[in-house]
This record gives sequence, C-alpha cells and structure tokens, in this order.
Amino acid sequence: MNDRIKKATRHTNQNEGLIFEKSSPGKRAFDLAALDVPPANMGKELGEFHRANGIQDFPEVSEIEVIRHFTRLSTWNYAIDLGMYPLGSCTMKYNPRVNEHVARLAGIATEHPYQPQHLSQGCLKVLSLLEKCLLEITGMDAITLQPAAGAQGELVGLLLIRAYHQKNGNPRKKVLIPDSAHGTNPATAVIAGYEVENIKSNADGQVDIATLREKVTEDVAALMLTNPSTLGIFEQQIPEIAGILHAKGALLYMDGANMNALAGITRPGDLGVDVMHLNLHKTFSTPHGGGGPGAGPVAMKKALEPFLPLPVLAQKADGTLALDFNRKDSIGKVKAFGGNFGVLVRALAYILAYGPGVRQATEDAVTNANYIRKQLEGVFDLPYTRPSMHEVVFSDAIQKKHGVNTMDIAKRLIDYGFHPYTTAFPLIVPGALMIEPTESESKEECDFFVDAMKSIAEEAEQTPEIVKTAPHTTRIRRLDEVAAARKPILRWKP
Amino acid sequence: MSYPTQFRYTKEHEWIDLKGDVATIGITDYAQHELGDVVFVELPAVGATLTTGKTFSSVESVKAVSEIYAPASGQVVEANTELQNKPESINTDPHGAGWLVKVKLSNPAELNSLMDAKAYEAYIEEKKKEASA
Amino acid sequence: MRYLPKSPAERQQMLTAIGVKSVEELFTSIPERYRLKQPLHLPGPMSEAEVIGYFQERAAENSAGYTSFLGAGVYSHLRSVVTDALLQRGEFLTSYTPYQAEITQGTLQAIFEFQTLMCQLTGQEVANASMYDGSTATTEAVLMAERVTGRSRVLVARSLHPEYRDVLRTYAKNSGLTVEEIHYTASGTLDVAALKSSLRDDVCAVVVQSPNFFGAIENLGTVAEAAHAAGALLVVAVTEALSLAVVKAPAEADIVALEGQSLGLPPSYGGPFVGVIASREKFVRQMPGRLAGQTTDQDGRRGFVLTLATREQHIRREKATSNICTNQALCALAATIHLSLLGKEGIREMAEQNVAKARFALNELEKIPGVNRTFPAPFFNEFTVEFPRSVKMVNAELLKSRIIGPYVLGPAYPELTKHALVCVTETTTRAQIEHFVAGVRAALDQPL
Repeated sequence: MNDRIKKATRHTNQNEGLIFEKSSPGKRAFDLAALDVPPANMGKELGEFHRANGIQDFPEVSEIEVIRHFTRLSTWNYAIDLGMYPLGSCTMKYNPRVNEHVARLAGIATEHPYQPQHLSQGCLKVLSLLEKCLLEITGMDAITLQPAAGAQGELVGLLLIRAYHQKNGNPRKKVLIPDSAHGTNPATAVIAGYEVENIKSNADGQVDIATLREKVTEDVAALMLTNPSTLGIFEQQIPEIAGILHAKGALLYMDGANMNALAGITRPGDLGVDVMHLNLHKTFSTPHGGGGPGAGPVAMKKALEPFLPLPVLAQKADGTLALDFNRKDSIGKVKAFGGNFGVLVRALAYILAYGPGVRQATEDAVTNANYIRKQLEGVFDLPYTRPSMHEVVFSDAIQKKHGVNTMDIAKRLIDYGFHPYTTAFPLIVPGALMIEPTESESKEECDFFVDAMKSIAEEAEQTPEIVKTAPHTTRIRRLDEVAAARKPILRWKP
Repeated sequence: MSYPTQFRYTKEHEWIDLKGDVATIGITDYAQHELGDVVFVELPAVGATLTTGKTFSSVESVKAVSEIYAPASGQVVEANTELQNKPESINTDPHGAGWLVKVKLSNPAELNSLMDAKAYEAYIEEKKKEASA
Repeated sequence: MRYLPKSPAERQQMLTAIGVKSVEELFTSIPERYRLKQPLHLPGPMSEAEVIGYFQERAAENSAGYTSFLGAGVYSHLRSVVTDALLQRGEFLTSYTPYQAEITQGTLQAIFEFQTLMCQLTGQEVANASMYDGSTATTEAVLMAERVTGRSRVLVARSLHPEYRDVLRTYAKNSGLTVEEIHYTASGTLDVAALKSSLRDDVCAVVVQSPNFFGAIENLGTVAEAAHAAGALLVVAVTEALSLAVVKAPAEADIVALEGQSLGLPPSYGGPFVGVIASREKFVRQMPGRLAGQTTDQDGRRGFVLTLATREQHIRREKATSNICTNQALCALAATIHLSLLGKEGIREMAEQNVAKARFALNELEKIPGVNRTFPAPFFNEFTVEFPRSVKMVNAELLKSRIIGPYVLGPAYPELTKHALVCVTETTTRAQIEHFVAGVRAALDQPL
C-alpha cells in the first residue's frame, strides 16, 4: 500500500451474519421478574385477536450473542470518535459524552409528557433555558423547540410564513429558492403548499440582487436562503436581500444548517432574517447516531410569534412554567408530545459547557476551513474564490482530465482513513468536493487530511486506476447499487 | 451505436418511429449513456393522453431521475411492461427492446419539425464538445 | 476549552499559514456593523461536573418518587442496560448517515435487521428505516395513500390519538386533503355503519388505531372490507407496539404506521421516539423515508446500501415523496437491540404480564362502587373506566399519595366527561396497583 497513507492501516475485521441467522428456539437474552398478579387467560382476554403463536421468526439468542453481534457490527462503521468527517454542511463535530450522561439521568429520561405540570418543572426549565440561549445566539424574538429535525423545522417555518400572509389577507403563491439550496428546501416548500421558483446564483455563487428584485412580487411569500451559502460563502448582501423582500411584504427564511460559521460572531436576526431553523445535530453537537434523531427548532421575529405551534412555553404569575395551549392563531401541532426532549437536553448541555465562549468554536471552525483551503488551492480547482467561512467547495475539474472524478477521489480518501467529503453537491458546482472540517479537528488531523488529498491528486495524475477502483482496504468493496434498486431486497426471510 | 434513419429525434433525446398511424417512442443511446444503469421506469397507462412537450414518463438510475417529454401528441395504445422486469433493456437496446410506449398520433405532421438522424448526430456532437470544454 | 483541540501556538501557526495576522481577518466578509463586539449573554462556561449538577437539579424537580398510571401513547417498559451499553459505542453514536456504504455496514445491517423485525411485528411485506415518530408516520401514511389512489378525502377514527389527529390536520390544511372523523360505538370501537355511509369513491384512506386511544382492540377485518370495497386504503396506527406480541398483526392493513417507543426507548418527556411505515411491497416506491437494501460487492460479499433513493428529497427535490431527510437511526438501533434481547419468548412474556396486570387493576377498580368499565371490547394494557365523580378530583387526591393517576379523557373527548384511561405495564407492581386502587376508593369516599 502507498506509504503516504499515515492515518489508516488495515486490521482484521470480523464477519458477522444477521441476528436471525444466529437464532435458535429456546435461547433467551432477557428475564422478567415473576408475575405478582394472577396470570391472564390470553384466549379469554383477547378472543379472536389473540396472536397465539407469537411473532413468527423473531430472533432467539442469548445476551452475549447480542453483545458480540452489535459490537462486531459497530466495528464496521467510521465515526467522529475515530476521526474527521469533512462533510460539507453536516458539521460533524465532537458529541460530548457528558451530553449522553445527563440525557440518561433518572428524572430526565423517565418523565411522561402528560404528567402534571407542577411535577415537570425540571423539564420545563430545561426547555425555557434552551429557548433563551438559542434566542440570544440567533438574535430572534420567539422560538419553538417542537420540530423533530431540520426538514420539519423548514416546514414549520414555511407554515408560519403562510399563516402570517393568510392573516394579512393573501397567503401568496411562490417561494424563491436559490439553485445552490439543499434538497429539503424545495421539497418542503411544496409540502407547505407553495410553488417553487428557482433563482440562479451569480458568478460569485451568491444571490443575484438584480434578478431578485425582478422576481420578488406580491405573489412571493418568501425567499429561502442558506447563509453562509452551500459554497461556504457569506451572503454579503443579506441586508439588501431582506430589504427587497420586505418592501414587497415578503419574508426572509434562513436555513440555519451553516450556523457553525456564525454563532457568537453575528446574529441572523440582526441581518434581517424573519424566521430560521437550526439543526441541533449540526451546530449544537447532538449525535448523528447513524442518521438521527435530530431536532430543528425554529426561531422567528415577533410578527410571526402568534402563529407558533402548540403548546407554547409560558410563565405563570406565580413564576412556575406551564404549557399554553390556548393560542387561537397557532398553526397547530407538527408532532405529538412536543419536541425531541432528549436531543434538546444534549444541546443545552453543549451550550452550558461553552457559555459565551461559543465564539471560540466558530473561530476555530473557520480557521480550519481556511487552513485546508490554503493548502489545497492549486491542487484542486476552486470555482468560487470569495472568502470561505466554515467550509470550502472545490471541483474535480483538474483531476477529470485524467478520468478521475469527485466520487473516485472520495472513495480513495477512505483508504487514507477518512470519511469522504460531500460529493456532487451543491448542484451548481459540477463535480463538487464540499469540505467542512469543524472546530473539533486538531491541526494534526487537518494536516493528515491535507496530505491525503495531495497524495490522491498525485495518484489521479500518475496512477488514476488506483483512485478509480477505490476503496481497496475496506471489508466490503464498492456495492452494486444498481441491483439493489432494480430488485430491492428489503428484509431477511427464512 | 448508429441512429436509425427512419426515426425522428428531439432535443431532449427522445426518438419516435412512425409506422402507419402508430408511433413507437423511446430514449436515444446518448440519453441512456448519460443516465447510467436504469433501475426503474414509470410508464403511463394504456389510454392515457400524451401532449407534445409535456412529461409522460420517467426513467430512474440509482442517483437521478429523468423526465421524458412527449415528442408528439396522441393516445397510448401499448406500454412496454417488459421494462418492469428488465429496465436494463433501455441501456442494452435503447432503439429496440428498450421502447417505452406505442402511441396513436393525433397529428402525425408534428414529426416534420423534429430532427432526422443526421441532424441529431450533429446535435449530440455539439453537446459532447460543450461538455468537455 | 476542553472540546477544542488547539493550543494557542497551533492557532497562530495555522493563521500564519493562511496568511492572516488575526482570526478577525477571516470574518471580513461579514459587514462590519453586524459583527458582534460583545460576547453573547449565555450561562456558563461550565465544567463537566457543573453541567451534570445543573441537570441533576432539574431531575429533582420532576416526578421522582411517584408511581404513574399514564399511557396514552407513551409507555414505561423495562429496558435492559445492554441497550445503552451498545448504543453508546462511539461507532454507532457518532456515525453519520450511511451514504458511504463501505464504511457504514454496521449501521446499514442494523437497519436491515430493524426493517425485518418491523415486518415480522406488523405482518407487512416491507418496512422503512424509520420516521420521526408515530404521529408523523401516520400523517405520511395518509399522504402515501393519497399518492397511490389519487384521491383526497380521509376518514379518520375519532378514537385515533388526539395528537395524531392534530398533526394530520396541520399537514392536511396545506395539501388539499379533507379530513373527516368517524365516531366509535358503545363497544369502544369504530362505528362501521357510519364508516360505510361516509365511504365514497373519493376516499384515499380510512385511518384507525388499534389498540385505539381508549385501549380497545379494533376489528380490522370488517374495517378493511368496507374500505377496500370503496377502493380506499386501510391505514392502521399502532401506538403501543408491545401489543403486537400477543395481539394479531394488522395484516389486513395496506399501510401500518407504528410508534416504536415501547420497544426500548424511555418516555423522555415526549421524544425522541421512532416511527415506522410498513406496507405491501407493491407500494414501496410510494413509501417515504430511508430504506436499506441487500446487495453484493464486486467480490460477491453480501452487503447493504441505502436504496430507492430516487424517492427522496435530495434527488427529487420538489417532486419528492416527502421532505424528510433524517430518520431516527439511533432510536431504531435501540429498538433492534431491545427486540433482539427480548426475543420471541421474552416479548411474549412481557406482553402477557401487561395483560395480566391491567386485568388485575380493572378487576380491583370495578370492586369500587360506582366505578365502571366503559367499553366491553378486548384491551391490551390500557382501558377506560368511568368514575362517579370528577377524574381531576380523584387525581388531585392521588397525588397526595405520590401517585400520578390516569389520563383524563374529558378535555379531548367532551362526551366522556367522567372517564379515565388507565395504563398498567409490567413495571407496575401488585402493591402499587393495590395502593392506587385504595387511593381511588379513598378519593371517591371523600365528602362532596
């Protein structure tokens, strides 16, 4: 293997079948205490609805088999705990372990959402403090912690915008979305009942002011903007953008996915944003866990406050906290039982650990991105040259000349011990390499990454085949996604 | 692959082959090559109406979906249901077994404004030049 | 700061390498007047011990020391410590969505096992890798039925969880769906005659919960027949997944929307939970949410990938089946581990204990004069009773004995003014049940 690969080495990886393939009747992994009431006659209790033979083919294994099975499976995964994820706009930062500890405390993990409010003051205080902290960070006036993820937050944001316009007599028809936007933006706008109008970015990858001025009419409900953009570039004219929208009574929605470039440095509310969502599983360190759960709080200016989803956290005259369901203009509920409380706890723990020092995290994130950019400029093509914030977008234009594309480079990066960066997004950069190192990366890890990328660029020129057929060192090689889509096998069968 | 001279072609890379008053429609070799391995095809039902320029079908690869636009108007008389089991026919035989629908045209004269094989081959040469520029 | 791996010297080295003197120079693209000059007003910074201390104080201000008889969509069940031990492995906890299959086979195989377990549980042919929760899964199931049938009227059982109905209404408002409620009969189950008279060829789905919000098990066969005769799909919502260990799987359903919280997730004041959509294979391309599929690599080894991605937002954008990006992967993993631990016999035994304890509680309650079981339909671990006096008053008295009493049905169901929804699980001891019953008796004995 290439001797420039310093961070990764090959190691023995165990094979492991499906849990069902280890199953054998009579094995047990769990015991219950003896029943302390008379046993029920199941046939009598449930009659024709009794599932007399149990759940067919459910696994039967022992405790140690469960431990080994899932431990072995875990060793097949890359994770933040192992090293950097340079994934753009994902903000894969350290998931502090104290967050896991406090989320599991008896009295925090155990509370029922319908228990009396006077016996839930601890939970309500957590929610209240988190609200205050997020309002301070975003510079907004009101907030809901209910949405379960960023995409649901976007939906709430658009429903709030719709309710606002409806109250003013005209819900309006269109939402403007830059062509650099994340796919959830247009998908959400359609679900909220709006037509999507794409707005082309200018040569700098920013919103073109002249085009915007033309497109904003009284039929436009809002512009959905990501800031910094998905190119990692700050939308410098955001106050003008807000002005153009407000002049026609439209609103500015900000996708807060890239908040890791802004926290403690500037506040979206000050920039003219009317409503925005945050991804707690990005900027606020809650764990990705292989794809969720997340949380997508939505912060807004006063004008949208009457439309908040139910319930709204309120303080009673005696100082205690309560949930207020009596809000006639509310958009309703988007999820049962409130927000993802367990995720909200973790986000608050993160904020408390940093305090006002959260600015340092932002500075380090932006430093890391610019450090990597500086080292790789010239090695990879840089389509947009404006200053980068917390992420940088290159393209594969130079490597394409040797038949190597961004997907190949990403797969070869795996052999060097890294998770790939974001490939092929944003759509406005053909062959994109979107790199976000976050503040959790040390100089050493950044240097390993730079070195790996430089080495792959050389390989692309001199020995392109090794890049095009990567990865070479994983337990599983490239998988046949075509067969998986043509004849989907979505479950095990005996 | 050569482009059959009896077909007519659109800028969106559909081909149409008229025999009598029924036309067969598919996508070209250039299109299937751009799309990659086809995994799924969505076809209209028999009896459905096609309107020139509007989408009537979609062809999916693993990572992308391509809308297919009607080159002419008419009514679907047959849909290539074999594609449910063998979507790969679009890749291996795009001008033959990979056909999508057979349509009874409402205005066969519409075909006159489409490209012939020579014009289409020139058109895709231009496209290839643009892509590598 | 302990989460930041940089020394002052390293920061300086990096800034020099970039070509700037100070980090402020990296923020010049933000117009000067919008750059904050003061630190934010935030509590902290706190040491690890202080962070823990903060949350311990909050934990002490909740319901510690109380026994609860609340269910109503969120259930307290036993969880093995093995589940958290495995969940907290960094390779699971801190791993990203498995878009790069070669280095996320752990997550992908676990999802495949989860999908299989959900099919086995629900009796359906295919299940997705999870949705946010049962309430959004139910709404997504309705939207799926709308896509499949091309119709836009929905008939929803009034006995579907009130919050699930609220969520559906919020989404329906903006999608042109009309939602109508069908009442329940004196037996506690759906009024099928009323359903039939409302069914026309414009109905995309009939939505029923089983066991329903009152705890009653629905006769899905008759509901399915009626729905299918009108060309509508049957959507069955399940909020207490443990019931499926002893209650027949809703195989008559076209789409099942399941809440998996009972399968290894703590109540956690309402979330995160895990929703699942399970359905027939023929509807799979209309199904929202991620799907893990089995395939082989170039050397013929079995492996797993996310598949049928063209349904999703990052490809279809405006035309996606849903805007959902995330799933609840870690929660689904918890359920997969939990169900592997319980196994076929363990889950049955746990479910039977629920039935036995709930029946015991009902029998004891019915011995109190004036307390009556409301609905004769069979139930799993929740049932509805009527008190001769206000449930709120009884619950207020129970609190004095450190008991959190049953869910008060009146506010959500004005026609059930004196009714309470009692839930008893395997975590409630006989002594606690007897204490509860004695408390109810004492409360009802109070002078008026």
